[in-house]
Amino acid sequence: MKQVFARPAALTDAPMHYCPGCTHGVAHRLVAEVLDELGVRGRAVGVASVGCSVFAYNYFNVDFQQAAHGRAPAVATGIKRVLPDRVVFTYQGDGDLAAIGTAEIVHAATRGEKITVIFINNAVYGMTGGQMAPTTLPGMRTTTTPLGRDPATAGYPLRVTEMLATLDGVAYLAREALCGVARITRAKRAIRKAFQAQLDGAGFSLVELLSTCPLAWGMTPLDAQRWLEATMIPAFPLGELVPDGRQRRG
Amino acid sequence: MATAFRDRILMKGNEAIAEAAIRAGVQAYFGYPITPQSEIAEYMARHLGEHGGVFLQAESEVAAINMVYGASGAGARVMTSTSSPGISLMQEGLSYLVGAELPCVIINVMRGGPGLGNIAPSQADYFQATKSAGHGDGRNLVLAPATIQEAADLTALAFELAERYRNPAMVLTDGITGQMMEPVVFHDDPTPTRTPPAWATRGAGEGPPRVITSIHLEPEALEAHNRRLQDKYRRMQAEARWEAYRLDDALVAVAAYGLVARIARTAVDRARAKGLRAGLLRPITVYPFPSAAVAEAAARVRGILTVEMSAGQMVEDVRLAVAGRAPVGFYGRMGGAIPTPPELLAELERFAAEVGVR
Repeated sequence: MKQVFARPAALTDAPMHYCPGCTHGVAHRLVAEVLDELGVRGRAVGVASVGCSVFAYNYFNVDFQQAAHGRAPAVATGIKRVLPDRVVFTYQGDGDLAAIGTAEIVHAATRGEKITVIFINNAVYGMTGGQMAPTTLPGMRTTTTPLGRDPATAGYPLRVTEMLATLDGVAYLAREALCGVARITRAKRAIRKAFQAQLDGAGFSLVELLSTCPLAWGMTPLDAQRWLEATMIPAFPLGELVPDGRQRRG
Repeated sequence: MATAFRDRILMKGNEAIAEAAIRAGVQAYFGYPITPQSEIAEYMARHLGEHGGVFLQAESEVAAINMVYGASGAGARVMTSTSSPGISLMQEGLSYLVGAELPCVIINVMRGGPGLGNIAPSQADYFQATKSAGHGDGRNLVLAPATIQEAADLTALAFELAERYRNPAMVLTDGITGQMMEPVVFHDDPTPTRTPPAWATRGAGEGPPRVITSIHLEPEALEAHNRRLQDKYRRMQAEARWEAYRLDDALVAVAAYGLVARIARTAVDRARAKGLRAGLLRPITVYPFPSAAVAEAAARVRGILTVEMSAGQMVEDVRLAVAGRAPVGFYGRMGGAIPTPPELLAELERFAAEVGVR
């Protein structure tokens, strides 16, 4: 019998601790498939962040470092600078990357660090129990915005990927969404291009993945998928923000 | 020997530290500018590349210490340098470094505080250096040079100890030692090449993946990890180093480290010239603290005067070591003020009279 589907070699067979309907598992699998397809699993070094994906190293069958909250791009910089022929990637959530780690992500990008960042944006702090994230939408209820995020006091969501698109050190930037087969296929293509940009030595690459958090959102997995499609995508438009895979100059 | 004279180089303390690190085979330096230690970064920017090393100016001390974490975890011999406010920002990273047991060297050229304070020399960060490495129960190895020669020597030793114990090692010095010039001799041992340790994350190849982390969710597992760390800190006590100066027949001792120990040494000589049998006990490592040497001295002298450029921090370790065997006095200057030899001589004479030594 011919085997047509298998677990990627870059994933372990450890049962994942993620909640039902959470898209971390999908994102992990896409990254692992790309590492396999590019043949770089053995020379990949991942950097886990703080949040629900803190234990990502239990699921990726690659060398991993666990970084302090928000500091993954700095840790990845340290690894890549001393091991320039390795494939170095971070896996960070929106709280980690877009709040406490804004300095580290911006400067890694503007330095053109040859690393790849997988940015999971689910508009909420999942691990700490559903507090407001920098990407929480106006009006969205969280445990720290119980009446909905009021921009008058809590400000507006941060579109970090758009901010990074202005920087010359960036080689590839895209935002995709983990809902539906077509979008997930597009997301994988973006992840592959991001890693390819690193392999080409072109500069910094990042893929933002709009993701679900049914528990913190107070929704069923199916409703969460629908809400992602109907509400998050209009607030965070999809597509390649820096598509050319080449570091821009001057 | 003629060559010895030729090999003596007049250098700023900060530059001597940087040169010593290069000769010790440092492979990567990450840092952020702050007075009075920026010459270390500038020296590294000019010279580390010539030796095949990596220099990178980080966007903050927070980023710098995390770059150190990444590079150390990748198996590189790595360092950073900063001054007091920068160490405050690095406390988070230090905690993760000790938790993940990653070796590295941190140079702290102390300045006056609290807050922005000033850029004058100080010893007010002794607690911060010796009592913990950020949050949690972790410890740094801490070496405290009194001369530029010793700053160079201890920088090399810091790499050796950091790697032996898989732990951050800090060279704790001050703005004067960083800024002043003295002759220094570098021991031209060939740079030891470092085999990347088996635990380093350098790509798993066909082997099992390695993980560098400081998280252990189960209390029993985290306690077991802490017990291992505490065992290591107990083993580190064997690394305690100190200098005893004119202490053998002393009736009164001065305890001082770093810059202020040099001034105290002059005060001890002047006291001796006036017939007062004084001696100096100078900790060279302040973590581990040379408690046994202090206790042994306390059993023989009538009192120990601790002198610091702080409100009194090391004096707590002196008191713990003395454990009531002798009176412990304290004299300190703060805010970057430096005591003079006559000032310390007067304090020493006053203290000697207090404890009944004439």
